[in-house]
Amino acid sequence: MPFVDGLRCRECGRSYPAEALHVCEFCFGPLEVAYDYDAVRAAMSRESVAAGPPTIWRYAPLLPAEAEGAVDLGAGWTPLMRADRLAAELGLGELWLKNDTMNPTGSFKDRVTSVALTKARELGFKVAACASTGNLANSVAAHAARAGMRSFVFIPADLEQQKIVTTAVYGCTLIAIEGTYDDVNRLCAELTSEHPSWAFVNVNVRTYYAEGSKTLAFEVAEQLGWRAPDHVVVPIASGSQLTKIHKGFKELAEVGLLDEVQTRVSGAQALGCSPVATAFAHGDDFVRPVRPSTIAKSLAIGNPADGPYALDAVRATGGAIGAVTDEEIVEAIQLLARTEGIFAETAGGVTIATLAKLAASGVVRRDERVVAFITGNGLKTLDAVAGVVGPTATIKPTLEAFAAAVDPEGQPS
Amino acid sequence: MSTTVRIPTQLRVLTGGAGEVPVEGSTVLEVLKALDAAHPGMGERLFDESGRLRRFVNVFVADEDIRFLDGLDTPVTAGQTVSIIPAVAGG
Repeated sequence: MPFVDGLRCRECGRSYPAEALHVCEFCFGPLEVAYDYDAVRAAMSRESVAAGPPTIWRYAPLLPAEAEGAVDLGAGWTPLMRADRLAAELGLGELWLKNDTMNPTGSFKDRVTSVALTKARELGFKVAACASTGNLANSVAAHAARAGMRSFVFIPADLEQQKIVTTAVYGCTLIAIEGTYDDVNRLCAELTSEHPSWAFVNVNVRTYYAEGSKTLAFEVAEQLGWRAPDHVVVPIASGSQLTKIHKGFKELAEVGLLDEVQTRVSGAQALGCSPVATAFAHGDDFVRPVRPSTIAKSLAIGNPADGPYALDAVRATGGAIGAVTDEEIVEAIQLLARTEGIFAETAGGVTIATLAKLAASGVVRRDERVVAFITGNGLKTLDAVAGVVGPTATIKPTLEAFAAAVDPEGQPS
Repeated sequence: MSTTVRIPTQLRVLTGGAGEVPVEGSTVLEVLKALDAAHPGMGERLFDESGRLRRFVNVFVADEDIRFLDGLDTPVTAGQTVSIIPAVAGG
């Protein structure tokens, strides 16, 4: 990594070598990758990026692992779609959707996993592991298979069946834990200490893993013609993705690829697990853990590690954090599918429902260029909408039956 | 009978590499103070200048987050395990 200076504690600033470290030994603050931005600026141009592969690795100088030999299923470079029909429904002007349902395993987690396992392999790890609410489980199992690494994947036992099947098929060791995601996470944090030869992507190699989310910002800026949006709306689980999208835009300005960044960052949570939204509303700079109860299981982290930093990013940029009910999530999944042809998992419903609320309250404005991040595929959470959509009619295979059941001139429901 | 404290990798430099340490105490605060007395340096890593737990330190009693219990005043009974765990990301 010619451009990585090392790791630095976000809390106290202490420096560490670029190894499998994620927590400051002195204050427990999370470690972050430090880059030599002068060197990146000299090595990276809009042209060099454009000549790169159609994956996250086109931004390799701002990633903490070597692109050559990366553990790669083709994550990234997903479509950024202008969403005029949805914008009209929400009373917005210029709205774009970052369609990350298009990743290899159907969620943005392929970005972070590709970076994490590439770095893990560089560091000599032979085993990949993770705690997951499902999307990361899919992604780690798939990328580990691709890399020929053994993998251990830990999930809450009550996860959606689709996410269990789409993880187990890759031949990982899949352990279902009787408890919440936060219980799974605690166990994995303890297992990391017991099995230091395993690369837990969101524990001991989290520092590298988290950097993968910056590519969401990089791609959006490039796809907008190297302009930063005015406002982004990002779902919040641990808060890492939102924090890194904010960092991504700032880094592009730092290395001279964007002129100026004044992007407002807003967050979206499910009301049944909204510790960061609650802290935002109360003006707190800490996040009080909650016990999650929501259909948005991919966001159901009651003790979000990067919650304080997500709060910082939202407040510093003049954004807001909203929370929405399960009913609003289901309605928003359908609204997105009906208006733009994108079937999102529950996290996407959270994002769109929150966007609708923030638009209605004037936080997201009609004169802003807005990007909403749709981070996971709806096929992973079929149960969320299985009860509310289905055949319009079930009929005999005759013209008469069809004529009786359907008004061809009528509007779709 | 004492309480067992599980020590994360980052703090094992202070315990001579031990992953579990027995200490005495009837609350989380007493247990952590006893840990600091036995392994000097522990306290300044767990607590900030005003005596509160640092915001990225998680403490569990019998696998339950003390923020769902009584915080540092959470009672600890003999034979229970207290775990110190750094915050981790998720998804």
